[in-house]
Amino acid sequence: MGLSDKIYKYIFMTVALSSFVFLIGIIIVLFSEGLPVLSSTGVMAFIFGKSWYPTSTPPEFGIFPLISASLVVTLGAMVVAVPVGIGSALYIHEIAGVKQKMILKPVVELLGAIPSIIFGFFGMLIVAPFLQDLLHLSTGQCAFTGALILGIMAIPVLCSISEDALSVVPKSYREASYALGANRWQTLWKVIMPAAGSGVSTSIILGISRVMGETMTVLLVTGGAAMIPKSIFDPVRPMTSTIAAEMGEAAVGGAHYHALFAIGLVLFLITLMMNMIAEYISRKYRMKLGQDV
Amino acid sequence: MKIKNIVMAAVIGMSIAGSAGAGTGAVVVDGSSTLLPVAQAAAEAYMDKNPGIKINVRGGGSGIGIASLQDSTCDIANSSRAIKASEISLALKKGLDPKATVIALDGIAVIVNKMNYISGLTKKQVKGIYTGSISDWSQVGGTAGKIVVVSRDTSSGTYEAFGALAMDGGKMRPDALLQAASQAVATTVSKTPGAIGYVGIGYINDTVKALNINEVECKKDTVWSNTYPYSRPLFMYTSGKPKGESKKFIDFILSADGQKIVEDQGFVPLRKLK
Repeated sequence: MGLSDKIYKYIFMTVALSSFVFLIGIIIVLFSEGLPVLSSTGVMAFIFGKSWYPTSTPPEFGIFPLISASLVVTLGAMVVAVPVGIGSALYIHEIAGVKQKMILKPVVELLGAIPSIIFGFFGMLIVAPFLQDLLHLSTGQCAFTGALILGIMAIPVLCSISEDALSVVPKSYREASYALGANRWQTLWKVIMPAAGSGVSTSIILGISRVMGETMTVLLVTGGAAMIPKSIFDPVRPMTSTIAAEMGEAAVGGAHYHALFAIGLVLFLITLMMNMIAEYISRKYRMKLGQDV
Repeated sequence: MKIKNIVMAAVIGMSIAGSAGAGTGAVVVDGSSTLLPVAQAAAEAYMDKNPGIKINVRGGGSGIGIASLQDSTCDIANSSRAIKASEISLALKKGLDPKATVIALDGIAVIVNKMNYISGLTKKQVKGIYTGSISDWSQVGGTAGKIVVVSRDTSSGTYEAFGALAMDGGKMRPDALLQAASQAVATTVSKTPGAIGYVGIGYINDTVKALNINEVECKKDTVWSNTYPYSRPLFMYTSGKPKGESKKFIDFILSADGQKIVEDQGFVPLRKLK
């Protein structure tokens, strides 16, 4: 191996390792900055506490309203994104002609390329007032609007990963199904979908991670009230927007500052878990198809 | 601790490495997003007058500004709230003694939707609305309907000032809509018929209606005479009394030209300008 080869090797190795360093760095910072508040407030009181008043005296650091807000918005977004995202993937892959495919695929990808702040503006200035009038709500800035817009944002993730999963299903499956006399619908629903099932579930889980971590949009459209929602039309304050809105003003090194890091830690652990599940499922899926072909 | 510092430096160091630190000839101003437009406009005007002097202005929040003052990465920290006891003690530990200079005043206007025919509220009613004991417009003489309470985030300087002035330090009702910026408060109020919100005097515009508080209108005169109940000072913090180039810049903001900029940016100057 020549000298230049070696140099290139080390350059690329450094680049590859840098993500590792960043990840470890972020984990260390999250833990060291987030743990002080967990030990002073108590883990249970922090996670299940019902009031978030970080700046009153004495401050109250209960993030249950924030966790429940993230969950409600994420669940709602999935109700929108799963049928539309997977439905589009099925259509693009199985039904659409070549010309339609050439238009539809880039369009879906373009939707995924729109910056989240634009979705946020759009949601705050157009969708929220529209829903407010349409549904006679006291305010359009609520969990429902957030879920709707995040659902739209997650469609590209679900659609493109599901489409990849569908394209990995071997042709022989389809041919065998048709040969047995199954029609297009039966083939799609009973053969292709189960075969691509784990890839499709991976897309759902990655979509959940995307929605859970989304910040700018929820900051602008969900209203930001730190209370446990009683209905989907209540304003909510998800974890991400709490951190984004409060970090700049919190006194560095104070309890509030540590509490925001602890929220980040909770969020990180949730998305880490989601990604691990997705990884596990997709690995299983690769192996299964590998054996069958 | 050592590892943590190295890691911190690795993660965030690169992003700030490009900007000049304190004591390199440039004056670095950091902090409050409320004061950012004033500081930026003042810095531009000052640099036009004094070629060769560089003033770097950054925003991010009052807490960030004071933290960078503590870390000596800025010379002037803008703050829309008074420094907290915990921040003073941390600064003293590092051998710094933060000193405040009031550079502008601000009136916090209580605003409602234009469709609301109420023209004023008492301090007591505002407190009731924000702390949760009043929830319907009919309780304060308006048309029956739910009051949609809009506020800034509880960590913003504007909220802290409003909380102290209007709520006597009481707790904000949990169902209040918390907005990340004053412009967002004004926009939400303009689009929601039952809404009430509060913004700095510079954000009052045609799309919303500012209420009289205890029958006093929110305007410059009533802020100066201190008859409008919700007015607040805005600060620039320095480590010790301002000196050197920082002092010259702060003196410029306090001068007639600087106060004109304060007024142009929608705040109340410290005194009546000719």
